[in-house]
Amino acid sequence: MSAAAEALARAFAPAAEGEPAWLAERRLEGLRLFEAAGLPHTKLEDWRFTSLDALESLELEPAPEAAPVDSGLADAVRAEVGPALCALFVDGREREIPAGEAEGISLEPLTRAAGNDALGLQGRLGALADPKRRSLTALNAALFAGGASLEIAADARPERPIHLVWLQSDGAHAAHPRFAIRAGAGSRACVIEHYVSGPGARGLCNPVTEIELEPGARLDHVVVQDQSGDVFQLGALAARGERDSELRTTSVALGGRLGRWDVYGTLAGEGARLELNGLYLARARQLLDHHTTIDHAAPRTTSEESFKGILDGRGHGVFHGRIHVRPDAQQIEAAQTHRSLLLSDQARINAKPQLEIYADDVRCSHGATVGQLDVDQLFYLRARGLTLARARALLTFGFAREICERIPLAPLREALERRVLNWLPAGDDA
Amino acid sequence: MPLLEIRDLHVSVEDQEILRGVDLTIEAGEVHAIMGPNGAGKSTLANLLSGREGYEATRGQVLYRGKDLLDRTPEQRARDGLFLAFQYPVEIPGVTNSYFMKASLNALRGARGEPELDAFDFLTLVKQKMKQLDFDESFLNRSVNEGFSGGEKKRNEILQMALLDPRLAVLDETDSGLDIDALRIVADGVRALGREDRAVLAITHYHRLLEYLVPDHVHVLVGGRIARSGDRGLALELEERGYGWLEQEGAA
Ligand SMILES: Nc1ncnc2c1ncn2[C@@H]1O[C@H](COP(=O)(O)OP(=O)(O)OP(=O)(O)O)[C@@H](O)[C@H]1O
Ligand SMILES: [Mg+2]
Repeated sequence: MSAAAEALARAFAPAAEGEPAWLAERRLEGLRLFEAAGLPHTKLEDWRFTSLDALESLELEPAPEAAPVDSGLADAVRAEVGPALCALFVDGREREIPAGEAEGISLEPLTRAAGNDALGLQGRLGALADPKRRSLTALNAALFAGGASLEIAADARPERPIHLVWLQSDGAHAAHPRFAIRAGAGSRACVIEHYVSGPGARGLCNPVTEIELEPGARLDHVVVQDQSGDVFQLGALAARGERDSELRTTSVALGGRLGRWDVYGTLAGEGARLELNGLYLARARQLLDHHTTIDHAAPRTTSEESFKGILDGRGHGVFHGRIHVRPDAQQIEAAQTHRSLLLSDQARINAKPQLEIYADDVRCSHGATVGQLDVDQLFYLRARGLTLARARALLTFGFAREICERIPLAPLREALERRVLNWLPAGDDA
Repeated sequence: MPLLEIRDLHVSVEDQEILRGVDLTIEAGEVHAIMGPNGAGKSTLANLLSGREGYEATRGQVLYRGKDLLDRTPEQRARDGLFLAFQYPVEIPGVTNSYFMKASLNALRGARGEPELDAFDFLTLVKQKMKQLDFDESFLNRSVNEGFSGGEKKRNEILQMALLDPRLAVLDETDSGLDIDALRIVADGVRALGREDRAVLAITHYHRLLEYLVPDHVHVLVGGRIARSGDRGLALELEERGYGWLEQEGAA
């Protein structure tokens, strides 16, 4: 193993007090798997463009149990979302968890929920985010502290969105946030995850989220990756939708030194639908990498995937979109688009669709474009008095907006739109 | 001092000379019309005036308010009160008309030393202008020109003109594709500008617009030169006789 991998594995401690025996076993299994595979490296096909070498020089330490909280940052993130059931986690450990029983939800630390046999987490945890498939997931399984379990009762319709703020502490800390969501049959809810940190953070955030949707459940899920510029964010989402369920996940990634997100979506029941939207903005020497796998495992399932990347400076984007249709899964609709905008000569994008279709009654479309700002549009804006810098910012915003529009909450949508608009330097005028 | 003074202007596009010695003087308070056959160079002149890339003045001079215009950026020209209504307005997906126009108006106000308008004051103003132009408010929340019909795009140009209140408005075939009612509205919009210190340069193929606009001078651009100038009577004559006789005269 590399030095960084060894340092990460050294943080392993046998199960914390009060954790059930099965969880201790899982942690050990995770550790073994991680030790066998090590950190991903560029010889792996899925990590060809994304080197973690820079992680080696970090001298990562385990996150302390009670790192100080930047309450200003947490408040700013809360304000972006507005009224919500908001839970705060620092380095994956719970700090504040609101009571949501009245609205039909139960949110508690995952390590505590694990001891509640009624929730059946023994059979659920890691069932979607398979530690054998991805060594970082194994590492998370071994080391996650605290974490969150969200149960949305059948037919529940919480009025407020459920907002989880995952704060990464200052320093070169390794944190492994873990989140398990179960949306009960017929429920409707909105869950927002914010991954943020202050300017002093320069560690590793390695989150894993698992989402189970029971029949007819509908979940709107938003993930904002807004880490400070020195953080490595290597995350995974694994979701599974039963019959007639609907998951809409919209991701906005604009932070971090290196961001990688692996998404595994399984449409397991007839009529299930998955909408996966992503917007990412990389500049300076940032690398943002999205790998998605959508598995149509049942007939009459639908997936719709739209990603947009904006790359400035030496920013580098990577997108890999895999769609898999199993032989017995007929009447499938799958659409995938990836569009990228290169704002500088040195920006780079590697995008690749991968379609594996083994059924014949399938309507599948995919499209990928790489473009620059349009000179006629730039001129039109300048002819109306906007500076070149402002015109560029506005057009970039226009490009991004299609994805922002899919964020269900107006305050958050507007906050993110403002971020995008101000992401490019506006030059001399506002 | 004239508002605009063009002297012996030669303009090349991709190394091909399109304008070959244009002279034109526009005084404040005047309305000028330019007519001429397809490909004569009318839009080339409009594009050059507004600072579009790729249009190179190889000879001659353009003075706007007594100062050299050609070394200024498009945005500086706009901030200085020059407005081009595009022959083919550009679609900008993802940017709402209202956001765009507010940004534009505030950029111009800033340049004039006026305070920016906030969202409320802007909306009040733009809705008032839209009402005058009989232009539905729903166009505010749509992306700039996206999916607009030809006529709607032209109306949107006129709305911007009304909002930005330019010193010199260059209208490049703003009347093409407009129905009669819309035409009257365009003309009203132009006339609403019509204060003593404003001027309009209208490029058109039709006498129709000129009935409403009532130009002080009509020029005919043929083969990259102004072949003839006159009053409104010239426009009527052109409509009857076409451009052939001028092309022959020019060649002679
Ligand atoms: N960007 C360009 N690239 C190549 N040729 C151009 C370009 N712009 C103009 N031209 C050429 O210059 C000539 C004049 O074009 P211009 O658009 O100015 O004509 P116009 O008088 O506006 O015609 P119309 O009445 O059809 O609008 C045409 O032959 C045109 O093809
Ligand atoms: Mg033209």
